[in-house]
Amino acid sequence: MEILVCVKRVPDTSENEIEINKDGSDIERDDLVYSVNEWDNYAVEEAIQIRDNVGGSVTVVSVGDEDAEEVVRREMAMGADKGILLSDNAFEGSDGRGIANILKAEVEKGKYDLVLTGAQADDGAGQVGGMLAAMLDWPYASLVNSLEVVDDKTIKVGREIAGGNLEMNEIDLPCVLSIQTGINEPRYVGIRGIRKVASIDIPVHGAGDLGITPESVGESGAKVKRIDYFTPELGEGAEILEGSTDEIIEKLIELLKAKGGIK
Amino acid sequence: MTQPVFAYILYENGVADDTALELLTAAAKLNPDASISAIVAGSGAGLDAVCNAIAASYAEVWKIDNEALAYVNAEVLRGMLVRILPQGCIVLAAHDHFGMDLAAGLSNKLDAAYLPDAVDFEGIENGKLKAVREEYGGQVSTHVLCDISKGAVITVRPGSFAPDESKSAGGQVLDKTADAMEGGLPGGARRFLEVVAAEVGDVDITKSEILVSVGRGIEDEDNLEIVSDLAEAMGADVSCSRPIVDAKWLEKARQVGTSGQTVKPKVYMALGISGSFQHIGGIKGSPFIVAINKNSRAPIFQIADVGIVDDILDFVPELTDKINEIKG
Repeated sequence: MEILVCVKRVPDTSENEIEINKDGSDIERDDLVYSVNEWDNYAVEEAIQIRDNVGGSVTVVSVGDEDAEEVVRREMAMGADKGILLSDNAFEGSDGRGIANILKAEVEKGKYDLVLTGAQADDGAGQVGGMLAAMLDWPYASLVNSLEVVDDKTIKVGREIAGGNLEMNEIDLPCVLSIQTGINEPRYVGIRGIRKVASIDIPVHGAGDLGITPESVGESGAKVKRIDYFTPELGEGAEILEGSTDEIIEKLIELLKAKGGIK
Repeated sequence: MTQPVFAYILYENGVADDTALELLTAAAKLNPDASISAIVAGSGAGLDAVCNAIAASYAEVWKIDNEALAYVNAEVLRGMLVRILPQGCIVLAAHDHFGMDLAAGLSNKLDAAYLPDAVDFEGIENGKLKAVREEYGGQVSTHVLCDISKGAVITVRPGSFAPDESKSAGGQVLDKTADAMEGGLPGGARRFLEVVAAEVGDVDITKSEILVSVGRGIEDEDNLEIVSDLAEAMGADVSCSRPIVDAKWLEKARQVGTSGQTVKPKVYMALGISGSFQHIGGIKGSPFIVAINKNSRAPIFQIADVGIVDDILDFVPELTDKINEIKG
């Protein structure tokens, strides 16, 4: 099975507190630690497991600037066979539809049976997979939390719905799936693994290579534009307990007792 | 002409989803001058019951009734909606497991804009809707401008708008099945098989009065001991947020959230839980919420009653010791 996995480089929220810059035009990016979007790791792991079971190859693709190459390389260190970077000044400022447009052009250059994305990203909203499928006219399933290859034309997927229940579907290939966390346990990638793939060439495709008219992507093609960042209003918010740890604990135990929190 | 607004309404067992009346509020806030209609798809008596109930709130209810929709498959529904929706309209759906399945592709097929996961609307100017979204798990908010001049599909975060309970519409139900089915049943490439119910765990956290709930801040599986120690001292059960289940450190049945269990304890201790809206969506019945998190910006502090900014790995063992000391 030929599998394409779309990945994104994002600020790692488990490593950073996200702060807004002075004029609210962006978040403070100077000291941010970036990594591959958490959901995408699960998608790459799933693709590798499918390939190991039924054969084929896994290609990882990312839309971004030269910094995005490091996440493509990281996913290759996990075991993906190929990496592609889609990069062009014309792509900057793309909304979800623009990104889907760029990916669609890359998908059509290959012969893929399966395209995977992460279900969402911390700085996004889980839209690219669904759009990409619609643009390709391929079937789509979101929030996939179990996957089983039936034969070379069909797979069986479980979608995570309310209450932890799984909605089972059969879906024809080729298709696009968005992968939910928890579907597998993504393998660890060490420095050694990264070194092994350090010299592998990662081709860069721009608008011209992909046959994309610059107006259809980037800022000019975007229907949704972020205009500023702001700190959410706290509403009532929590009463923050202050003082020494002993004082805080004493106060907290008092409150818990009053609310029936200690049996 | 004002663009009409349609709200897609999910239902289960003959009862409309909680978001049905939230979408009504959202639609009116989006554009107070627009006509607002509901669309409900399904089959049989349950569908009729929902349509009639919803007509009390929506002036017009579009019904799509087909056996193939007994369990609504977004791939099937999308094809039908493309056939019946007027050009340039605005479609609202909840940003949940169904909306996320339906909406992005629908926007593409309608050649409309897609605005995902909106939490508020702040008016339309020159064909552009100003809306509020959140990023990075609610740590920051953003204003976005969405060009809705050629139509838009918008998913609305559940719980962001208060439900409109006025039920003053006295609306009518219109059967749109024939139009939706013209050209045959769409979306055959994905076929619904069955719903597999979540596994039942050894503890039913939906019945717990006190929950000690643990999130990513616990850092390592071995540290879970401090959580179970606190739970034991308090007489509580242990629950968790999603990352703990993803890491397979606790069973799925202990996960609180929209994709896990809905709990209604008296007291909820959120330890190292940032408080994504999916997690908060699983806490009902207004419990007394205590949040302990080293990140002072964690969204959990917005909904908690009491907050402590500290590392749970330091704070929790001390709290446990003190409680045990008091209890003797």
